[in-house]
Amino acid sequence: MEQYRINKDAGLEFGIYTLGDHLPNPNRDERISASQRLQEIIAFAQLADQAGLDFFSVGESHQSYFTTQAHAVVLGAIAQATNHIKIGSSSTIISTSDPVRVYENFATLDLISQGRTEIIAGRASRVGLFELLGYDLNNYEALFEEKFELLLKINKEQIINWEGQFRPPLQDAEVLPRPLNQTLPIWRAVGGHSASAIKAGRQGVPMFMAHLGGPVTTFKQTIDAYREAASESGHDPEQLPVATAGFFYAAETSQQALKDLYPHINEGMKKTNGQGFPKQHFAQGIERHNVMNIGSPQQIIEKILYQHEMFNHQRYIAQIDFGGMPFDQLKRNIDIIGSEILPAIRKYTKKNDN
Amino acid sequence: MNIVALSGSNVGSKTKIAIDYTVDKLKETEENHQMVSLDLSAYDIQFSDGRNYLDYKGDTAYVAKTIMEADLIIIGTPIFQASIPATLKNIFDLLPTDGLRDKIVSMIVTAGSQRHYLVAEMQLKPILNYMKAHVVENYVFIEEKDYHMKKIINDDVFLRIDRLIEDAFTLSEVYRGIQKKKDAAYGF
Repeated sequence: MEQYRINKDAGLEFGIYTLGDHLPNPNRDERISASQRLQEIIAFAQLADQAGLDFFSVGESHQSYFTTQAHAVVLGAIAQATNHIKIGSSSTIISTSDPVRVYENFATLDLISQGRTEIIAGRASRVGLFELLGYDLNNYEALFEEKFELLLKINKEQIINWEGQFRPPLQDAEVLPRPLNQTLPIWRAVGGHSASAIKAGRQGVPMFMAHLGGPVTTFKQTIDAYREAASESGHDPEQLPVATAGFFYAAETSQQALKDLYPHINEGMKKTNGQGFPKQHFAQGIERHNVMNIGSPQQIIEKILYQHEMFNHQRYIAQIDFGGMPFDQLKRNIDIIGSEILPAIRKYTKKNDN
Repeated sequence: MNIVALSGSNVGSKTKIAIDYTVDKLKETEENHQMVSLDLSAYDIQFSDGRNYLDYKGDTAYVAKTIMEADLIIIGTPIFQASIPATLKNIFDLLPTDGLRDKIVSMIVTAGSQRHYLVAEMQLKPILNYMKAHVVENYVFIEEKDYHMKKIINDDVFLRIDRLIEDAFTLSEVYRGIQKKKDAAYGF
């Protein structure tokens, strides 16, 4: 775990991720400017840092209603504005980027942030970027697999000799700068489907699993499949961190949390995914058996501890800001996480000295 | 309410004739609704490749979005080789797995013989249910002999389509009424 900068003894890590969406607040039906949204994302990261959270990450989406296409640039500002929090991408679409350039960017970020930077590489759930950036969608899988392998190789080897289908060969190439501690933690983003998790396991890379909600045990099966595949391929699952990421919202009561969050998720998803979130499913988000972390602080603590018991994961990453959530509500949530949720989670998940 | 009448084949005339009658009837009886008629023979639609439906272009995007915006869909389909045509299956493949959630879907089936009567029951309904539609259980089945020179000549077909429309509206009203109450009860 050390090479991924995870200290298991310290307990479950708690992070925040933003997709960098730029959606109207459905309660006012108006959208802040792209500039304000970016400033607020940076300020959000600062708040998370000050509250003692472990991780903050920014996504890359090339489509309408998003504003962090240049996510590495945004992370540069965050690296400079924060002190302790680990930072990363969630995710970097490696399929449509040059792994050399991605590595250069993130190694630079690692130097600026003094060793706090990680990469989460994904395949994109929407595919408009293939046309925008000049890639053939028919190569959706092949592009990811080849480029992700190259990214891992660059991380491991100082001098690269490589040949592939989608990028000119590299001969005795040196990819610079090198990260502060020689390598970066590189995770594979998984959408919750077992097949994808199994690929991550076979590769022996950490898994970042995002989910929109659903039964905890279903995601446990995905994690089990990941660890089993890792083990079968000769990797030690004990050394491979797992992160889960999903919707989060804390309020005084679970009913208030549902009320505050629902319009943002429902209207935001209509715009970004073409479908709203059924109320019946959303209402189940407060249940212990559902992986969404919505409710009162105490309910959320119990939910996260239950998930930890089932998953034995190393990091939970909350998505709070989707769908035009006003900044003061983000601030309130960070306050609750820092003062109530995080201390309890750490207390119950850290290694007991006795 | 957004109503879409979908003629599910890119060849032949029987399904289209039945759907055209249905659309005329809908226009006559229910004036306050948005009506869109989609005849798949009029569009150039690509095969589904699994992407989000918002990411398609041109006719494919138009047809997929129009269906996703519908509250009530009346699907007209012929039966080819004891199944629905590939063009219609492709429409389903373009949409999300639960793409018909909260939609009422009814069916008008045209076929060369009675032997195909159960095809909609065995093959179309399971798809609609999988995609979370509220399916109007009864459907209208029209045979070759009900047509002559591109016209429906069996009066019973008109009466059955009229009843199908009524049934679809009844189910819509009932469902929307209940859904409204349920949504209000959630309190968020």
